[in-house]
Amino acid sequence: MNKPLRRIAIFCGLLVMALLIRDNWLQYVKADALRTDKDNRRVAIERYANPRGDIIVDGDPITGSVESKSGDFKYKRTYKNGPMWAPVTGYSSQAFDSSQLEKINDGILTGNDDRLFFRSTLDMITGKRKQGGNVVTTLNAAAQKAAYDGLKSRGGKGAVVALEPSTGKILALASYPSYDPSSFAGNSTDVDSKNWTKLQKKNNPADPMLNRALRETYPPGSTFKVVTAAAALENGKYTSADAATDSPLPWTMPGTTRELKNEGSIPCKNATMRVALQYSCNTVFGKIGADLGNDKMLAEAKKFGFDSEQFTPVRSNASQFSDGMNQSQTALSSIGQYNTAATPLQMAMVASAVANDGKLMKPYMVDELQYNLDPIAKTEPQEMSQPLSPKNAQILQSMMETVVKDGTGKNAQIGGGVTVGGKTGTAQHGVANSANPYAWFISYARLSDGSSPVAVAVVIEDESANRDDISGGGLAAPIAKNVMQAVIKTKTGS
Amino acid sequence: MSSTSNTPTHHTSTIGAIGAPSRRNTELALLIFAVAIPVFAYANVGLALNDAVPAGLLGYGLGLGLLAGIAHLVVRKFAPYADPLLLPLATLLNGLGLVAIWRLDQSRLLQSIGVAGGKATNQLIYTAMGIGLFVAVLFFLKDHRTLQRYTYISMAASLVLLLLPLVPGLGADVYGAKIWISVGSFTIQPGEFAKIVLAIFFAGYLMVKRDALALASRRFMGLYLPRGRDLGPILVVWAISILILVFETDLGTSLLFFGMFVIMLYVATERTSWIVFGLLMSAAGAVGVASFEPHIQVRVQAWLDPMHEYVLSRTPGVTGVHSDQLQQALWAFGSGGTLGTGWGQGHSELIRFAANSDFILATFGEELGLAGIMAILLVYGLIVERGVRTALAARDPFGKLLAIGLSGAFALQVFVVAGGVMGLIPLTGMTMPFLAYGGSSVIANWALIGILIRISDTARRPAPTPAANPDAEMTQVVRPS
Repeated sequence: MNKPLRRIAIFCGLLVMALLIRDNWLQYVKADALRTDKDNRRVAIERYANPRGDIIVDGDPITGSVESKSGDFKYKRTYKNGPMWAPVTGYSSQAFDSSQLEKINDGILTGNDDRLFFRSTLDMITGKRKQGGNVVTTLNAAAQKAAYDGLKSRGGKGAVVALEPSTGKILALASYPSYDPSSFAGNSTDVDSKNWTKLQKKNNPADPMLNRALRETYPPGSTFKVVTAAAALENGKYTSADAATDSPLPWTMPGTTRELKNEGSIPCKNATMRVALQYSCNTVFGKIGADLGNDKMLAEAKKFGFDSEQFTPVRSNASQFSDGMNQSQTALSSIGQYNTAATPLQMAMVASAVANDGKLMKPYMVDELQYNLDPIAKTEPQEMSQPLSPKNAQILQSMMETVVKDGTGKNAQIGGGVTVGGKTGTAQHGVANSANPYAWFISYARLSDGSSPVAVAVVIEDESANRDDISGGGLAAPIAKNVMQAVIKTKTGS
Repeated sequence: MSSTSNTPTHHTSTIGAIGAPSRRNTELALLIFAVAIPVFAYANVGLALNDAVPAGLLGYGLGLGLLAGIAHLVVRKFAPYADPLLLPLATLLNGLGLVAIWRLDQSRLLQSIGVAGGKATNQLIYTAMGIGLFVAVLFFLKDHRTLQRYTYISMAASLVLLLLPLVPGLGADVYGAKIWISVGSFTIQPGEFAKIVLAIFFAGYLMVKRDALALASRRFMGLYLPRGRDLGPILVVWAISILILVFETDLGTSLLFFGMFVIMLYVATERTSWIVFGLLMSAAGAVGVASFEPHIQVRVQAWLDPMHEYVLSRTPGVTGVHSDQLQQALWAFGSGGTLGTGWGQGHSELIRFAANSDFILATFGEELGLAGIMAILLVYGLIVERGVRTALAARDPFGKLLAIGLSGAFALQVFVVAGGVMGLIPLTGMTMPFLAYGGSSVIANWALIGILIRISDTARRPAPTPAANPDAEMTQVVRPS
C-alpha cells in the first residue's frame, strides 16, 4: 500500500505547490496592479489618511483639512471662503474626485508625488507622519476679494481676471455665481451627494460650477478693437495714433450692401485711431480689419494667444478668431462680433501685453510647490510672444489711456498719480441680438514710476439689468477699478 | 517514558528494542514557540491599532498556553510515541487564527454589520472544546483499530450528518450554501464532522473489500476495469456527492468527500484506473450540475471575472446574488505585497461578510504578505506530510487508510478554501482549518489531529520486547545507528 501512499504524498505536495505559485502570482507579480487599482478602496483610504496639503495665497492657506468622525476616510477637505476661491482651487471631494489645482497638484497635496519620494521616505524612517506639500499661488487676496465682491454685488453672471503684466502672474480669478467646494468634500449620500446634485447645470441653470474666467468664451465686442489697433500698427497700415484714417462714413462692408453701424452719432468719419478708440468706432476698426484681411488679423490675434488653450496650469478654453473669412466677416470679427469669442483670461492677456510694452508673458497661478516650507519647484516667468513692438505698444497705451481719461472708460479712473488705460466693450448676442449684451472692460494701471502692476479683464452678463444700461463703462469698469486699486494698495502700501 | 528507558542493556539491539525516541521533549519545545508566536502577534495587533499592549494579553497567553500544555500532557501520558509535529503545528495555526479574529473584532465596519465583536472569545471557547475532544479521543481511543467495529454505524452517522442541513426547520441557508444547521442560537456545520466519520467508514469498508476491488478486474487499454458489481460503492458515493452539490449547493463539500473516497480507493486497491474513473466522474458531475444550478454558475462566473461581479454588486437595479468578496480578497492579497502591511494595518474588513471565517486567509495575505502566506501554507503542508508519514508508518491497513483519508481530506480542504479565496478555483463555502472563525471547524479538526496522533503513536510505538531466546540471537536484525 505504500506505493500509492507516496504518490498521494506527491499529489498533496502538488496541491500546496499550486497554492504557493498562485500566491506568488497574486502577491508578487500582480501586487502593484492590485494595490493601485483605482477601484481598490485602500487607494482612497490611504489618500485621505493624512491631512491634505494646503493651497496658499499671500502666505495664508485658503484650504484646510478636518478629521471626520465616521467612515473609513479620515480627513476631509475644507475651504476658507470657498465660493470666492473656487475658480482657483477647484474642488477635492471624497465622492466626486477633484478638479483644477486640487487635481493637477494632487500628488504634491497628498504627498504621493515622485518629487516628494525622498523626503517622505526620510520622514517615514524618522517616524514622522506622512504629510502633503503646499501649493503657493500667485494670487492676491485683496484683488480677488475686490473682484468677487464686485461681481457678487452686481448679482448677475460674470468673471474677472487680473494679471501682473511683467510676469504673467494671475492676481485675481473670480467667477460668479460660484459654489462652495466644502459643501460636497465628503462622501455622505445625505449631504455631499445632494449638494453636488444641486450644483449640476441640469439642476441649476446658473451653472455655478462653470469657471467663467477660464472656461467660458464670450464675444469680446469692442474690447477686441485693441487687437485690431495693434494689427494696424504692427502691419504698418497706420503708424501714429493721431493721423487721420481712411474711414468713410457711412461705410458699406466690402462684397455686401450692408452698412456697418456705429452706436449713436459719434465722430468717426476719417477719425484718428485715438478718437476711434475713444468713441469706439465700429466703422474705423471694421474697415481696418477688412483692409488688412483675414490672414494678418488672425496672425496678430494668435500672437495675443487666440486659438490656443492656455495652461495656467489649469486649462483655459481656446479663444477664437476664425480663419477663411471673407472681408465683411473679417470686418465684423475685427470689432469682436461674428465668430470672435474670448475668455476673460484672454482679454486680460491682451491688456497685459499692451501694458508690458508689447511683450506677452505666459499667465500662471502656481508660484511654488513646497514641502515643509522647502521649495520643490518654482515657476519662472516665461515670455509667450511679442504681439507688439515697444514703440507700437506705447502708441496703443496712449490711445487706451485716452479712453479712460476722456472716453467710454471714465469710470475706471483712479487718480493719485496712477494712469489707467482701458477699453470698454458691449457685445451683442442671442438670436437677432435679442439677449442681453455682455458688458466688457479691459484695462491696466500704470504707476508714476512707469511700471504696470496690474491688467484686468471684467465681463458681466447681467440679465436683470436694462439693455440700454449695459455698457462696459457702466457695469464692468468700476469692478476693474476696485481690483486695480487693491493690487496697487498691496504693492505700494497706500 | 523517555527513549532511554527502553534502551537495552546488551550491546546489540534487536528490532523490538530499537526504542524509537518518543520525541515528547521536541514537541514541548516546539509548542513553546507555537504559543509564543501568536502571543507576540497579539501584542503586535494591539500596538498597531491602539498603541498599547492589549489588556487581554495575559489571559489570552495563559489560555492558549494552558490548552497547549494540557494537550501536551495528555499526549505524553496516552500517546507517548506520537508524531511530535502535529500538535505544535495545529496549535500555531489555531493561535494565529485567534489573533486574526481578534484583530478583525476591532474593525468598526465589521462590528456594524455583526460579523465581528467578541468573536475571539468565542473562538477561544471553541478551541477549548476542540482540545477537550482531542483529549477525549486520546483518552477513550486507546487503539484506532477499535474504530473498525463502527464501520457501518459510521456510514449511517455520516449520511445523517450530511443530510441534516436539508431537514426543514433545522437547515440554514447562508448566502446560498445550505451547509449549516441551527440549534438554538448555535449554527453547526455538520459537514466538518461528517468528514471524519466518513473517513472511518471508507477505511473500514475498503479494508474488507480491497482485494475484491483490486483483483477482480479486466484489463482494457492499459487500465484495469472493475467488475460491474464492484462499481457499486463508488457509484453510491458519487451519487451522494452529486446530491450534496444539488441540494446543499456546496461544491467544496462535494469535492472534498468524493476526492477523499477516490484517494482511499486508490490506496486500498493500488489501481490507477480508480483515479481515472474518479476524475471523469467528478468532472461529469460538476459540469452536469453547473449546467442547471444557478448558484454554482454564479460562483464560476465570479471566479472567471471577479471584477465584473464587483461592478454588478455595486450597480443599482441589478438583481441576483452578486458578491464583491472575491475581488475584495484579491485586492487584499495584492495590497499586502511581499511583506504585508503588518498586523492591524490592513483593510481586509472591506471583505465584510465572512471576513473572519471563509476569507480569513486574505487578512493574513494583506497583513503578513507573501512571506506570511507561504509560511502558513507550508505549515499546512507539514501537517499533511506528517499525516501521510503516519499512514506510511502505520502497520495495519485500516490505520493506513484512515490516516491517508484524513490527511488527504485535510489537504483537499486547504486547497479548495485557499484556492478559492486566492481565485485559483471557484469559491466554495468552507473554512480554513484552525485559522477560520467557527466552532464546528475548530472542534472537528482537533478531533482529526487527535486521531492522527493516535495512529502515529500506534505506528511508532516499539513492539513488545521478545522473550530472551537464544535462537533470536541468530536471526536478529542489526541496524546502524
